[in-house]
Order: sequence, then C-alpha cells, then structure tokens
Amino acid sequence: MRNWFNRKNSITLLGIVLLYAVVQGLIVLDIMPPFYMLTLILICIYIILSTSLNLINGIAGQFSVGHAGFMAVGAYVSAMITVLLKGPLILGLLAGATGAALAGLIVGLPTLRLKGDYLAIATLGFGEIVRIVFLNMDFVGGAAGLTLPKQITWSWAFPLMVLSVILIKNFVGSTHGRACISIRENEIAAESMGVNTTKYKVMAFTMGAFFAGLAGGIYANYMYIIQPGTFSFLKSFDILVMVVLGGLGSISGAIVGAIVYTFISALLTGIPEWRLVITAVFLIVMMMFRPTGIMGTKEFSLSFLGKKGDKNAASKN
Amino acid sequence: MDSITTQVFQQIINGLSLGSIYALIALGYTMVYGIIKLINFAHGDVMMVGAYAGWFAITALHLPFLPALLFSMIFCALLGVIIERIAYKPLRNATRIAALITAIGVSLFLEYGGMLIVTAQVRTYPPVFPATQYIVGGVYFKYGDIVMLVTAVVLMALLHFTVQYTKVGKAMRAVSFDKEAALLMGINTNNIISFTFAIGSALAAAAGVLMGVYFNTINPLMGIIPGLKAFVAAVLGGIGIIPGAMVGGLMLGLVEAIVSGLGASTWRDAVAFLILILVLIIKPSGLFGKNVREKV
Repeated sequence: MRNWFNRKNSITLLGIVLLYAVVQGLIVLDIMPPFYMLTLILICIYIILSTSLNLINGIAGQFSVGHAGFMAVGAYVSAMITVLLKGPLILGLLAGATGAALAGLIVGLPTLRLKGDYLAIATLGFGEIVRIVFLNMDFVGGAAGLTLPKQITWSWAFPLMVLSVILIKNFVGSTHGRACISIRENEIAAESMGVNTTKYKVMAFTMGAFFAGLAGGIYANYMYIIQPGTFSFLKSFDILVMVVLGGLGSISGAIVGAIVYTFISALLTGIPEWRLVITAVFLIVMMMFRPTGIMGTKEFSLSFLGKKGDKNAASKN
Repeated sequence: MDSITTQVFQQIINGLSLGSIYALIALGYTMVYGIIKLINFAHGDVMMVGAYAGWFAITALHLPFLPALLFSMIFCALLGVIIERIAYKPLRNATRIAALITAIGVSLFLEYGGMLIVTAQVRTYPPVFPATQYIVGGVYFKYGDIVMLVTAVVLMALLHFTVQYTKVGKAMRAVSFDKEAALLMGINTNNIISFTFAIGSALAAAAGVLMGVYFNTINPLMGIIPGLKAFVAAVLGGIGIIPGAMVGGLMLGLVEAIVSGLGASTWRDAVAFLILILVLIIKPSGLFGKNVREKV
C-alpha cells in the first residue's frame, strides 16, 4: 500500500491546517477586518475557478472561455435549492455543481469537436446564452437578481477549495489526466496511440464545469445577491487571465494566479477609476515580457523536503 | 398593403440598418483574423473611440456629417496602427492565448482609460440628419437609415476594390495566404499588417459614428456587445473571408430585428449566439468558408 502520510504530504497537510487555523483564529478573536475576509473568501472561490479552468485549458488543451456560464449555472441552481426550496447548503452546493457538470456535458459533447479559436467562440457564446436565460427567468429575479442569505464562512470555503484542488491535482496525475495531457500535446498522436480523445476531452470539460459550478454555489451563498450581469463573458476573461497569469497547465500556477489577481484587484479598490486601467496595462506588459505566466508549466512542489528526508535516511544507513 | 407584410418589411429595414453596422465592425475582425490569426477583442472598443471622435467632431468642431465621419475614421486608423505596433507586434510569434490576453488587456484599457478621459456619463449624439421619413407602401424609411445603408455599402465597395484591385490589397491577400512566402517575395509584411489594422479600425470608426447616430447615445462601454455580435457575424460568414463578414453582419441584423419584431427582444442576443453555435457545429468554417483538410 502506498504511504499516504509520507513526509511531503504530511507537511502539506500541516501547512493547510495551520493556514486554516490561523485565519479561523483571527475570525474567532474578531480581529479580522471584513474587507480582508471578503478578499480571502474570494481568493478561495477564484482558486477553484482557475484550477478548474486550468484543467480544461491548460491540461486538456481545450480553449474554453465559457467558465462564467458554468459558474452561473452553479450559482443559480444552488440558490434555487437554498432559497426557493429552503434546502440545506451542502445540498445546494452539490446540486449546483452537478447542474453545471450536466451543462458541461451537454455543451461539451457537440462543441468539443471544434478546435482552438472556434471552440473558444462556441463556449463564449454558450456562456452568454446561459446569462440571457437567467436574465429571462422571472422566478430567479431576472435582471434585478436574487437575494439569498449569507451561509458561507471560512470553514466552508477553505476546505471546499482545498478539496477541489486536491481532486483536480490527483485527476491530473492519474491515467485519465495523462490521457488529457497527451491530447493537449498532440491530439492526432494521442488518438493513434489509442486514447479515446472525445471521451477524455468531455471528461475534463465536465469536471471543470463541475468545480466551476461549485465555485458558483459558494459565490452565490456568500455574496447575498446574484445577478446575471455578474456572470458575463468578462468574468470568464477574468478567470482565463488568472490561469494564464499563473501559468497555463500548472495547478500551482492557477492558484498563484488567482491569489495574485484577486489581491491586485483588492489593492486597487481604493482607486476604482484606475483599477481596470492598471489591470489592463499589467496584462499587456505581462504578456510582452513573460507570456508563460508566473509559474510557466512548472509546479511548486515540496519535493525538496522529500529529498532532504531521503538524504537523512541515507545518512542514517 | 396588409399589415403583417408591412411589419415584416419594416423589420427588414431595421435589420438591414443594424446589420450594416455589424457588417462594418465584422470586416475589421475578419481582416485582422485573416492576416495574423488574432481575435482582436479590442475592435469593439475602437468602434467606441470612433463614436466619441465623431461626437467630438460634430459637437466641438461643428463639422457636418461626412467630414466628421472622415475625421473619426482617420483618428481611429491611427489608433489602430498604434495599438498594433505597441501591443500586438511584440507578440507576433507568441502563443495564441498570449495574444488573446493582450487583446483583452487592450480592450479593458480602451474602455476604462476612455472612461477616465470622457467620464462614464452617457453623451447624446446631436441630430445630424433631418427627421424626414419616407413612406413607401406603409413602410417607414428614416432619412438616417438610408444614409447609414448607403455609407455602409459605399465603404464596403471601397474595401472590396482596395483588397481586390490595388497593389496593397494584393499584398494583403498574399500576407494572409502565407506570411513567410509573402516576406520572401519582397512584401513588407509589418507595414501590410499595420495597414490592415488601419483599414479595419477606420471601418470600425465609421460603424461607431453610425451607431451614435442610430441610437443617439454613446458611452465608454458601448463597444462590448456590438463588438461581440460583430465577431459572431464574422464567424457566421467564415472568419477571414471579407464577403462573409458583410453577409454575416447583415444576416445577424436581420435575425435580431425579426426576433425583436416577434416580441422577444430580451432573447435576441441568445438567438444570435445560438445561431453561432449551430453554424460552428454544422459548418465550422462558416457559411462562406472552405473546409480545410487536416494533414498530419
């Protein structure tokens, strides 16, 4: 049996628990300013979104820009459960994610035969259709939006984020993940090697949609209100920017990208009129000088800890 | 004439006016895509700048319609070249996604940079045309509608002439066909690409002025949705194909007018995107596109 609690995993786990405990401690002691809290929860939501988009764009190599559409499906389905049916939060989140995954399956099956820019346009179109559908549904408030109670706390958002990242990371490392990577590298070669490309593309797409829906559900149950306007293609672009900023194809890159981008946005809220101008210039300059993003395709890893452990083990012998 | 037929004709007139605006924007998209394979998301915002330039020319410089249109077109042609030289040229050999992100960056920059300069306040376009209406068999033709259609058709004819019968046009076609071979034949590809941006942006500016005249109001974010629609139009006709963009734009305008005419105006954007997805699934290269067989 594989040792799940090797040095690397234990240290990662310890780090995660510590991070959770420190923030939770600050909340319990009531010294966490609300704005920081908002930023932290947003970072959690965006990490889920960017890692899941990274699964589609970076790992499977399918250029999707409809992520806000899946987020909207998740947000609205979970809101329908928690507000209109008065269901429990966990059911709402699950239903939202499942609904988004279903949408991903329905959209993915026909559109994933398209390539590159055409797929991007089709997914963009899908995202906009979703937004317009919710805009025209009167029982979820139409353009005015739907108000809902704030049920998400740090203890919800953070563990869900960690769980999503671990699931996605393990998927990427699995046989299926490898198959997805082979499609990214060369679809024809992968197919000739016996990889069922349609199956794996749809699988990655559906999984990405699932987590986007989960993030949407968290967003809806934290933000008090959801409006169709929030989930326009500009939101999809935001998520795409995070992924590219961090490094397309790198899970840790997606996390870094989400943190950096949300952080920059939060820093610039003091000067709202300049915020997007600065973001825009930042993007342009970034693409000029480091188009591969902060991490490139590399992963941040704690393997040096593992090596150190090995060395120690060797010296003991 | 019976009222339903009149209604249909009225919607066709409306659709053609709107469609000609989409077609003008779509031309810029399609030309840029055809030549450097970049989805220039900033194109709709260039249109917005064009609308503002026209507004400035009419209200502050007191120019009549045609000189104002020319002023706006020249201004945006310069802007297009500057954008291309500063933002896109360094990325000529970068990945597609990097270029796309840059385009999004330029788009945001124009929207919110523009907002800093002209403020988010909505401006009203002065009435440049007399409010005369012509009634032919119960169908209303506004003076403005006719000028718009004529302007759009004249500009498209000019473009067609430039691309098909001039030396620069020939060079543009050569570069879009094979950039390296064109370079070897002594064509200055960088200048041709800049020229393409200039023409595309000038057409977008014309569309912007027409849009201002058509809807009366302009604001710094007005370019987003028409830009996206025009892009849909370009894909509909087959991206990279100039006549395709014209037909795609007009078709999209007609579809929107018909959907609005049926009383479902809130759904018209969804219908536009649905058509887009259907076209992509059934014939990904667009209505006018040729299927390219993939070679391994």
